[in-house]
Amino acid sequence: MAKITLDNLAHSYMKAPKSEDDFALKELNHDWVDGEAYALLGASGCGKSTLLNIISGLLQPSQGRILFDDVDVTHEPTAARNIAQVFQFPVVYDTMTVHDNLAFPLRNRGAEPAYVAQRVQEIARMIGMEDRLRFKARGLTADAKQKISLGRGMVREDVNALLFDEPLTVIDPHMKWELRTQLKQLHHDFGHTMIYVTHDQTEALTFADKVVVMYDGRVVQIGTPQELFERPAHTFVGYFIGSPGMNLFDAEISGAVARVAGAEVALPGAFKARGTRMQIGVRPEFVRLTTGAGVPARLKRVEDVGRHRILRLEVAGQPISAIAGEGDVVPEGANAVTFDTAGINVYADDWRVSPEGRAA
Amino acid sequence: MLLILEGVSKVVNGQTHIYPTDLELSKGTMNVLLGPTLSGKTSLMRLMAGLDVPATGRIIWNGKDVTGMRVQDRKVAMVYQQFINYPSMSVYDNIASPMRLLGISADEIDRRVKATADLMKLGGMLQRKPLELSGGQQQRCALARALVKNAGLVLLDEPLANLDYKLREELRAEIPRIFEESGSIFVYATTEPEEALLLGGNTAALWEGRVTQFGLTPDVYRRPVNATTARVFSDPPMNFLTVRKEGGRMVFGDDQGVAVPEGLAAESDGSYIAGFRPNHLELERHAAEAMEFSTTLNVTEITGSETFVHLGHHGERWVGLVHGIRDLKPGQALAVFLDPAHVYFFAQDGTLVSAAPYAKAA
Repeated sequence: MAKITLDNLAHSYMKAPKSEDDFALKELNHDWVDGEAYALLGASGCGKSTLLNIISGLLQPSQGRILFDDVDVTHEPTAARNIAQVFQFPVVYDTMTVHDNLAFPLRNRGAEPAYVAQRVQEIARMIGMEDRLRFKARGLTADAKQKISLGRGMVREDVNALLFDEPLTVIDPHMKWELRTQLKQLHHDFGHTMIYVTHDQTEALTFADKVVVMYDGRVVQIGTPQELFERPAHTFVGYFIGSPGMNLFDAEISGAVARVAGAEVALPGAFKARGTRMQIGVRPEFVRLTTGAGVPARLKRVEDVGRHRILRLEVAGQPISAIAGEGDVVPEGANAVTFDTAGINVYADDWRVSPEGRAA
Repeated sequence: MLLILEGVSKVVNGQTHIYPTDLELSKGTMNVLLGPTLSGKTSLMRLMAGLDVPATGRIIWNGKDVTGMRVQDRKVAMVYQQFINYPSMSVYDNIASPMRLLGISADEIDRRVKATADLMKLGGMLQRKPLELSGGQQQRCALARALVKNAGLVLLDEPLANLDYKLREELRAEIPRIFEESGSIFVYATTEPEEALLLGGNTAALWEGRVTQFGLTPDVYRRPVNATTARVFSDPPMNFLTVRKEGGRMVFGDDQGVAVPEGLAAESDGSYIAGFRPNHLELERHAAEAMEFSTTLNVTEITGSETFVHLGHHGERWVGLVHGIRDLKPGQALAVFLDPAHVYFFAQDGTLVSAAPYAKAA
């Protein structure tokens, strides 16, 4: 396993990029710590696949370097990087048996037959295909073939890193969480450096120690699931993580008070106004509907999703959401919202700012 | 407008895909077909549309038997999981195409294309090609084509399944509004309980080719008539535990139990199945009368604002869904709490004998 360093890395698909906008991947410096599990999370077109392809060697970056354990591999081909990859769609040898497919990467490197046999058994058990090892891959479902691809990606213990590109797309929903948790278990047991690309928040947050959220070619936050939920570094993270996403309110900030739609809101510290647009972000979990004191709000609709209710509200013409418990009574004549102070974050031009005198 | 299915079934190569089914869908209703993959949702829709002929039974549309009538001759529109648009045509022409086939006047087509495009928030994109749109806009274009015909019956087969979840969130909120403005009978197939609840209307729970319950969506959710419906209408599935009725007590093992609920008072002693939803298992004691269970945490899953805890309890697998992001270690012992107000009791054959008290109040 290896530490992977991105040094001053950037990529543009254009021959002569003029401005930052022309870069699919904006300048990035980062160390992927040896043995950690990362997820690259973002909407389609955010640059996550570009970054993965640079790490795997499928793409040469237009700027900067990539290092494996401090050795420059920027211009090394994929084969020389000693990595295992699993793609969105299955890549298997149809004419080989499941067993031989799984054994292939090991035999290719001249592993001892006894080790191959033992390792294939281990992997087969993990992907739940022990009883089908003698079958040809040809007759299997897409789902089963993808499990073989996953197994083949994980069969070697001596790789520098394991890269996954949306590997569960074709897997049946019921099987997804099992594979996801098995991958996590595998990481736990073997300590591979893993990078997992996905647009699915549950997949990313469940699998990874650290989630790298990308937006518009830029890494906007690298954090634990808890950090992404409680302290989104960028308004995009607040929107993208959580369902419904974080509410945003335009605000005038003076010290520990924000003025929102004519009402005063206490903040979890003192802040300095900066930039051109100040906002506060409050997740629906931290919004309460009430009568009288608070930020004036109008209740538009109540959605019963079973385990809780989503209140759709309007504040100063903007749609916002609040979450209420399954049995909570919506107050009669409710016309205002209040916030849990600890759940408020302050944003200047979409980036989170820390309270005065505190680092986080 | 009224669509009636009378004893409709479907058999393929001797295998029953749909067991004889009765359903009545009336004008201006949203009807959700909820069930896992291969439970019969698409088969049932194809029968409703006239794409397949039933093995038995009749399909009545506005009092007229349409059982053998071809799909082309019925007033039906269908939207599939894959966005199907004509890639070489503009959005305008895509939306207009079903009406051109019906020989509607150009003025009328123009009026309806614009009205439908506005409804689907595609008004500014009529001259674009489908591939120049986002995934959500492409699916809205496909939806617009289905709606513009003013078909009496609109069938939507997992229309949001291929979209990113953020787009799904957005369109899910729009579909009930679109439906309200159309006045058609909507039938919407989904595997997701949350989607059914958001759509509202009526829900038919499907399991292995059978409609296990049909009724108002929140009623089917909170008052399932059997364990199968309860399992289908819960994501993750409802947790079950075999318990014993001993006189005035329901014994849950671990030396604990609850007073026998009203619905069970007249039933005989013996084994019953207790059922409770993942979100009703709690990590803190909220109700004084809550039961406490010692479990082992197998794994956790995090969705962004909630955490699934997969638990082992004396060899059974339970799932809990708790608010917030919890940093829990796999393998650790975990005490979980269950308020008796949230427990359903089923007979050994799965028939509901007592709904959870909270649901009766809801």
